[in-house]
Amino acid sequence: MKQLMLGNVAAARGLYEAGVAVASSYPGTPSTEITEELAKYDEVYSEWAPNEKVAMETAFGASLAGKRSFCGMKHVGLNVAADPLFTVSYTGVNAGMVIAVADDAGMHSSQNEQDSRHYARSAKLPMLEPSDSAEALAFAKKAYEISEEFDCPVFLKMCTRIAHSQSIVETGERAEPPAKPYEKNIAKYVMTPANAIRRHPKVEERMEKLARFAETTELNRVEEGSDHTTGIITSSTCYQYVKEVCGDRFPILKLGMIWPLPEKKLRDFAASVTAVTVVEELDGFIETYLRELGIACSGKALFPPLGEYSQNLVAEKLGLPVHKGAALGETLPPRPPAMCAGCPHRGMFYTLSKNKCTVLGDIGCYTLGAAAPLNAIEMTLCMGASVSGIHGYNKALGAESEHKTVAVIGDSTFMHSGMTGLANIAYNQSNSTVIILDNSITGMTGHQQNPTTGYNIKGDPAGKIDLEALCKAMGFTRVRVVDPYDLAACDKAVKEELAADEPSVIISRRPCALLKYVKHNPPLRVDTDKCVGCRSCMRIGCPAISFKDGKASVDQTLCVGCGVCEQLCGVHALESNAKKEE
Amino acid sequence: METKNIMIVGVGGQGSLLASKLLGHILLEQGYDVKVSEVHGMSQRGGSVVTYVRYGDRVASPVIDRGEADYIVSFELLEAARWLEYLKPGGQIVTSTQRIDPMPVITGAAEYPEGLVEKMRAAGAKVDALDCLALAEEAGSSKAVNIVLLGRLSHYFDLPEEAWQRSLEALVPAKFLDLNRRAFALGRDA
Repeated sequence: MKQLMLGNVAAARGLYEAGVAVASSYPGTPSTEITEELAKYDEVYSEWAPNEKVAMETAFGASLAGKRSFCGMKHVGLNVAADPLFTVSYTGVNAGMVIAVADDAGMHSSQNEQDSRHYARSAKLPMLEPSDSAEALAFAKKAYEISEEFDCPVFLKMCTRIAHSQSIVETGERAEPPAKPYEKNIAKYVMTPANAIRRHPKVEERMEKLARFAETTELNRVEEGSDHTTGIITSSTCYQYVKEVCGDRFPILKLGMIWPLPEKKLRDFAASVTAVTVVEELDGFIETYLRELGIACSGKALFPPLGEYSQNLVAEKLGLPVHKGAALGETLPPRPPAMCAGCPHRGMFYTLSKNKCTVLGDIGCYTLGAAAPLNAIEMTLCMGASVSGIHGYNKALGAESEHKTVAVIGDSTFMHSGMTGLANIAYNQSNSTVIILDNSITGMTGHQQNPTTGYNIKGDPAGKIDLEALCKAMGFTRVRVVDPYDLAACDKAVKEELAADEPSVIISRRPCALLKYVKHNPPLRVDTDKCVGCRSCMRIGCPAISFKDGKASVDQTLCVGCGVCEQLCGVHALESNAKKEE
Repeated sequence: METKNIMIVGVGGQGSLLASKLLGHILLEQGYDVKVSEVHGMSQRGGSVVTYVRYGDRVASPVIDRGEADYIVSFELLEAARWLEYLKPGGQIVTSTQRIDPMPVITGAAEYPEGLVEKMRAAGAKVDALDCLALAEEAGSSKAVNIVLLGRLSHYFDLPEEAWQRSLEALVPAKFLDLNRRAFALGRDA
């Protein structure tokens, strides 16, 4: 049956049909739905791992044991998993292993727009790149065949537009792959220098075999065109933009396998046209290879190395007609993302802003604490960098910074990469204050469970790591929990822990307001007789509060009655509907 | 058939996902090739969000570019204006008149622009603006704005009403079906 399917869901379907048995991932936009979808199949063991390195090593362990395995991550997650990646390339696999990596050109939800294709080349592994949902499904299945035939993990490389667009697929049945019992093989799987030296030539041989495979596989195809003045080499979503604007005019070499690249096929294609244009988002990956082969082409001289492409951009660069619309002709106020009404992070950020703290931030919803009007975060780098960063910052400045600087990190991010930084603070003794913003969920990626929530990927009860006990076990004696809805308690905790002469951890704990089990209070109302229009309540940047006719106004559909604004009102103009009725 | 383009725009969390799902379902049932592009992650947190729905004999790109949308369906007035440049010359806007202040307006750094419907018309757009929130509340829930808008959009499509009803039945949970049928009818007949 034909159905519309999200690229990520289709990839999951392909993995399922190929008989994947074990899947371990860390959520990250735009890769998250692959594993969420796999978790719906009872035949597949799926889990959220604490981070991508753990996920990849788990997948490798399952492959070693003889079961087809999978791990999925976003582009920056692959940096975390790079350590096992480069060596699993040497050991190879037993049963097939697929690694999905999803790039985010345009940075819809990321801190950089690195191009993951470079990892395939540097780790010497094959990479498949689908251009729609049907290919995501088919390539996921093909990836297992390649993995087992060539004894290596295989990348399935997604990007935002392929991962998060729906197109038509036809599903098949799940096939149970042949059993691959584990066999002890020290020379293959124990990467001491002596063994690794013998594995490296095998890696190079494998890449030569894969390069020959790339010449003949249907993954790479030439589409004929009527106008041979230009030939276009492209892949992924760029292929769709090219088809959109050129139709069947120019010949196209559509690459489904982006590494290793087919030298002869590229040379033959280039010889069949007057000029070659490479259309690829982000870096000139294909272009660089063509230049190494001495094939003249245009690519990044024409197309930008940043942001997402689109059909108009491709049309413009190819000198074809571009669609135009009429704009309004005035600058409209932007609508940046903001912390939700009732977000538990708001009270803590208000407190940090009020106390003029220097706040080193991390990756998650709370990064929105950097936005106006709170403007509370001054650094965001990568997962865990707040905790490691504050240690370095305080070591550099000592008492000058220790009493006014904090690190903020979410519960999931803390489990991902914050613990090791905290160990460094405990071990090398900086007087740092770390605030764990524990909203009991992995929020930004759409509510995934993590090791602190007590539930697994299927929502069933699971192990639950006790953050207080963990921090104490590391040697922190000052560990305290506050409710971020209670501004006085937050203020007291922040002041006292910053004043202390030893490192401390504040756990700011309240579940995300969007969680289904969270009970909300009735919305607040503004008593317009009492409101003096001082805008104190506007300082917290709550999307439910606006200013109308000189008075504050609360949107009754958005307000969840958290009461943070109420605590800021000096004239008691904000009242809960419940109280009014009493 | 040339590819047709529908954009659904609004503020993160307004329920555009169900609207695009319903459109995808009905268009697929009519035998078209369909692509739907969504936004996940960061921008969902109260930011400006857009969903692209494209259909025709063969759809290549999953996104809609400037000057290409046959229809822009908007949950919020400022968002309709923001995406106006994506409308094809002579294209149709179907928008709710609801206003949701963005953070720069809340903080006082900017003002919510006035007269947006008139300005969009002056820019050459056909604008069908109606108070979808009031109609949704009349239907029984403020959350049914998406279906009111879809009902209004259906008014411009040459598709039998049964087809829309079939898609509603297929995608809306049984206990909300009557509510959504009312919302659809109120939008369609507004």
